[in-house]
Amino acid sequence: MEEKALLSPKDAVAEALIHLCETDDRIVVLNADISSCVGLHDFTSRFPERAYNLGVAEQDLVLTAAGMALAGKIPYAVSYASFLAGRAYDTMRNAVAMPNLPVRFVAVCAGITAGEEGAAYQALEDIALMRALPKMTVLVPADFQSTRRLLLNSLSWNGPLYIRLGCIPLPRLYGTDDGFPVGGGRLLREGKSVTICACGIMVHEAMKAAAVLARQGIEAEVIDCYSIKPLPVMLIQSSLRRTGCCVVAEEHNIIGGLGSAVAEIAATTCPIPIRFVGVEDRFGQSGSSEELQEYYALTHQHIVSAAAQVWPLRRR
Amino acid sequence: MKCDRAKKLEQIALEVRKDLVRMASVTGMKYLSSSLSMADLIVYIYWEVMSLRPEEPNWPNRDRLVLSKGHACPTLYVALAHRGFFSREELWNYNKLGSMLQGHIEMCRTPGVDAGSGSLGLGLGIANGIALGLRCAGIRSRVFCILGDGELQEGSFWESALTSASHKLSNVYAVIDRNAAQSEGPTEEIKALEPLDEKLKSFGWQVFHANGHDFASLHQAFQAMLSIDGPAALIASTKTGQGVPMMEKNQPLIRTAIARDEMSQALTELEEMSRNGNEG
Repeated sequence: MEEKALLSPKDAVAEALIHLCETDDRIVVLNADISSCVGLHDFTSRFPERAYNLGVAEQDLVLTAAGMALAGKIPYAVSYASFLAGRAYDTMRNAVAMPNLPVRFVAVCAGITAGEEGAAYQALEDIALMRALPKMTVLVPADFQSTRRLLLNSLSWNGPLYIRLGCIPLPRLYGTDDGFPVGGGRLLREGKSVTICACGIMVHEAMKAAAVLARQGIEAEVIDCYSIKPLPVMLIQSSLRRTGCCVVAEEHNIIGGLGSAVAEIAATTCPIPIRFVGVEDRFGQSGSSEELQEYYALTHQHIVSAAAQVWPLRRR
Repeated sequence: MKCDRAKKLEQIALEVRKDLVRMASVTGMKYLSSSLSMADLIVYIYWEVMSLRPEEPNWPNRDRLVLSKGHACPTLYVALAHRGFFSREELWNYNKLGSMLQGHIEMCRTPGVDAGSGSLGLGLGIANGIALGLRCAGIRSRVFCILGDGELQEGSFWESALTSASHKLSNVYAVIDRNAAQSEGPTEEIKALEPLDEKLKSFGWQVFHANGHDFASLHQAFQAMLSIDGPAALIASTKTGQGVPMMEKNQPLIRTAIARDEMSQALTELEEMSRNGNEG
């Protein structure tokens, strides 16, 4: 695919929502004044009676979605990750997660992909917040196709769901027919030396790192952990048992995200050394996402060095 | 409203208050004052206004009620028990481990409730969403939301108040239990709400007033409110602890339970007040 044609996970939203609405008349789409950002105008003109702009009011967005779910609808609530998971957390907890309502939160411009907007927009703790909510499902896809499939699959999922989407174009990882069950993971590359678990944009870095490591004689196994909760426990466990060491890479605070989720599994079922590649408990700042990836040590080189450190410590 | 009907409602309200006092004493329930201020409102709405089927709690065409002032849920629980949604025995297990009646409403556990509550200021937004959902489904039920006045200090309420008006939610009715008290004292001293009716009107709401402890006054206000298209709000003037003098006197008592030995005194006071009321 040519450079120009690269798509971001966020680009999958509008078309997937149209497809979903054609499939099921219970679906409604609510947003907090970000139709243009997500490209919802086509959707709105096709389904005017099923599109709601709640204005600049994330709490009200979540509450209205909760009420519509109580009235039998399946609401997709779209907003910026930072203001959805951050500002509206209490409403998500009390009005949606506790009563286990089928509200799907589509959180866009997550993490450093918000780039130039700066720290306020860059949710680097949203996975931790959402993962700690009972009943909440948390998904972090790595490309356009997997985002599209996960959005379509979310229709039949029970309970609330949070899908975290970056807004920078990414290379294609998957074909149109690949399956992406909620709770699953994808073994992107097999290897017996070290397991690399990654999500979102870091899956691409993990693949680049695996190629570099292969040249050094370290065969990395790469898992796309797009389903952070529920985590693909069996897939991860069996890989950790084979390789005996692990690197987790995520574009999120190292506290509470995918790294913590993998470490919880490892600590309780197969203790092995792990290294974490992520944001070291800091807020973001303005910059292009490429610059921020470098600045916050979120590149394939950092995965390579983490793997080189953890590999000699592997447990066999 | 016919005099004998008002008398009947007063009798029901007396029984509701007596059960609230029993709950407070037996279970250590802390929110008796606030539950008492809302008692007549709940009785009027559940016995005079709402279309319900206790034997079919999820009947799609029922009227909905979202209790936003979640701490006062004991009043709702007593009303639901008396309307036959579940056994009155459940009341004595309020807030105990595994109970159907949680300290704050958990929707999935309790038949007859339309939404959970606990975090203040969220009810109106949920009520709006229900109204929008019902509109899509072509169901013409009404959605009531009972709010405390203290919780109107939450910003989320005002976000949702804008939504009710801008989406022309004609079947949304907010009922505000204006007891003028919050946990730490009078609302007007802590974070003033007045002129509350002007605020709501400027947000695009129609506003009505009533004495929240007088069924004739409530009847008149509800008749007027339900005859127009909403969103409409009823500001009901109430008193914390209404009906139980020991709770009325000791302000602020919003979070105070009553001891077991005070229960019989409170029940006697309630009976006496009701007798005096009937004679007068």
